Amino acid sequence: MKIAIASGKGGTGKTMVTASLSASWGRPVVAVDLDVEEPNLHLFLKPDITGSRDALMEVPQVDTSKCDYCRKCAEFCEYKAISVLGDVIMIFPEMCHGCGGCLALCPTGALTPAHRKLGEVSWGTSGENRFLMGRLRVGEAMSPPLIHQVMTELKRPEVSADLTDVLIDAPPGVSCPAISAVIDSDFVVLVTEPTPFGVFDLRLAHQAFTTLGKPMGVVVNRAGVGNDEVYRFCSQAGLSILAEIPYDRAIAEAYAAGNVIARTSASMTALFQRLAETIRQAAAPAKEARHA
Amino acid sequence: MHEILIISGKGGTGKTSVTAAFAHICEKAVICDLDVDAPDLHLILQPEPRQTTAFISGFEPRVAAEKCTSCGTCEQMCRFGAIKVGDEGAVVDPIRCEGCGVCVYFCPEKAIDFLPKHCGDWSISDTRFGTMAHAQLFPGEENSGKLVALLRTKARELAASEGASLILADGPPGIGCPVISALSGTNLAVMVTEPTPSGIHDLERVVELCDYFKIPTSVIINKCDLNKTIAGDIRTFCDKRGICLLGELPHDSDFVNAMVQARAITEFSQGPTSRKLREAWQKLLQQAAELKAA
Repeated sequence: MKIAIASGKGGTGKTMVTASLSASWGRPVVAVDLDVEEPNLHLFLKPDITGSRDALMEVPQVDTSKCDYCRKCAEFCEYKAISVLGDVIMIFPEMCHGCGGCLALCPTGALTPAHRKLGEVSWGTSGENRFLMGRLRVGEAMSPPLIHQVMTELKRPEVSADLTDVLIDAPPGVSCPAISAVIDSDFVVLVTEPTPFGVFDLRLAHQAFTTLGKPMGVVVNRAGVGNDEVYRFCSQAGLSILAEIPYDRAIAEAYAAGNVIARTSASMTALFQRLAETIRQAAAPAKEARHA
Repeated sequence: MHEILIISGKGGTGKTSVTAAFAHICEKAVICDLDVDAPDLHLILQPEPRQTTAFISGFEPRVAAEKCTSCGTCEQMCRFGAIKVGDEGAVVDPIRCEGCGVCVYFCPEKAIDFLPKHCGDWSISDTRFGTMAHAQLFPGEENSGKLVALLRTKARELAASEGASLILADGPPGIGCPVISALSGTNLAVMVTEPTPSGIHDLERVVELCDYFKIPTSVIINKCDLNKTIAGDIRTFCDKRGICLLGELPHDSDFVNAMVQARAITEFSQGPTSRKLREAWQKLLQQAAELKAA
């Protein structure tokens, strides 16, 4: 089963929960960092990276000897990645979404595929678990195509092998990167905190992921700070609270020291083992329905 | 005129709380929330909209079922897996669709229309700290970079018409499309970080991004007592890169308590965090003035 750990808002403890869940899952999992803009999971799981590849996206290049400047490509491109002025054609690869339309419609065959680098996909092992991550090239704007490429590497035998469970650390927010990261999951864990910012963003995340038809549950991090609004919202929205991680300076310090919280105390180990079990039970029917 | 953007790389470092405090301290700024995906500044500033406008961006395909012959061309051509053809004709998955128009262009029956898309709303509002430009992208929508660019343009127009000499903007997290759009034209980026492995890792990436776009930067360390070693590493990093360290804030529950009461921390308390933020603001103004002089 695939479990996405998402949040709406950044900094709620998504990575901490993903790292702790992968340490408490009870059987080996693939831990995937899809927060490709700011991947952090490796800082806690400290994987041995065994392989990597560049993630490329197909963009057009022009052979000016064949181009007759008919402008069809420039008129077609929704992203203004091609511009034709008189008998000058310019391609802006960074604007290109890789739809391939210009390549298919060019009447003279002047446009051919080239590539731009989106970032890097790397994989490895972390104890019993496997590890997979993407890292966006600094200056690259588009993370969703990289997110898709990271997910395709799940098929690589050295990544998933015989493992059936995948834990995904999703990017923050509720726009395209976050949606791309959770779209193929069986269950979404929403990590929030009981503050006005936390509740507001949880509401957005709930709205966004509801349209995907995903079953969801909530982990309240830093329980004890802020106010009760998050509990009222969850009860109104029919979202079950899967676990509460107490607000505790010792936890913040352990995280700041780069530790996996589930390994820091007996009570945290027990909390994450219970959480893993709760998620497995909640996700199983959804997985069956999805694969039926 | 100065355009100051508060960013962080990593979310949850206190970017919005710092922006709210600066908005309270400064005089005559146009305030802007450029985190259009998950905006939070309005929770503290409680804006009263003067006007709200629909954000229309890009297009979405709509299949005319009566014209569709289920030939499958659109499904074959779509690189995003956003269109599936069954017995009932072609069906578009709006979540996967990138609005590229390939399906529209190549449909042999001209059965697909391309309609403008309503992706969110933006507003110009009054707040107790001044005029504010802000927006909300509908959940799951894309084009946040374009909406960010639009807000920046509106903020500039407002600053010009109101005689404001400063635009203060709360930025989006990350280093991708929305942040790149928010950085364009910014004079100074203030990075709020925290002394954790994620905090320093993301700080390095966002500094690299600002260098890439040649934007001067400065740093505030929040929760600086959480990990003294990493806090020291951040200081050394700033020193080496010649980045101005505006201030170090303690791990302080006043931040959350102020937020719960919808107050900026500088309104809420006169404690050490408030004092340090006021000092940081003075340093920031000085840095901005020096940049202008240079």
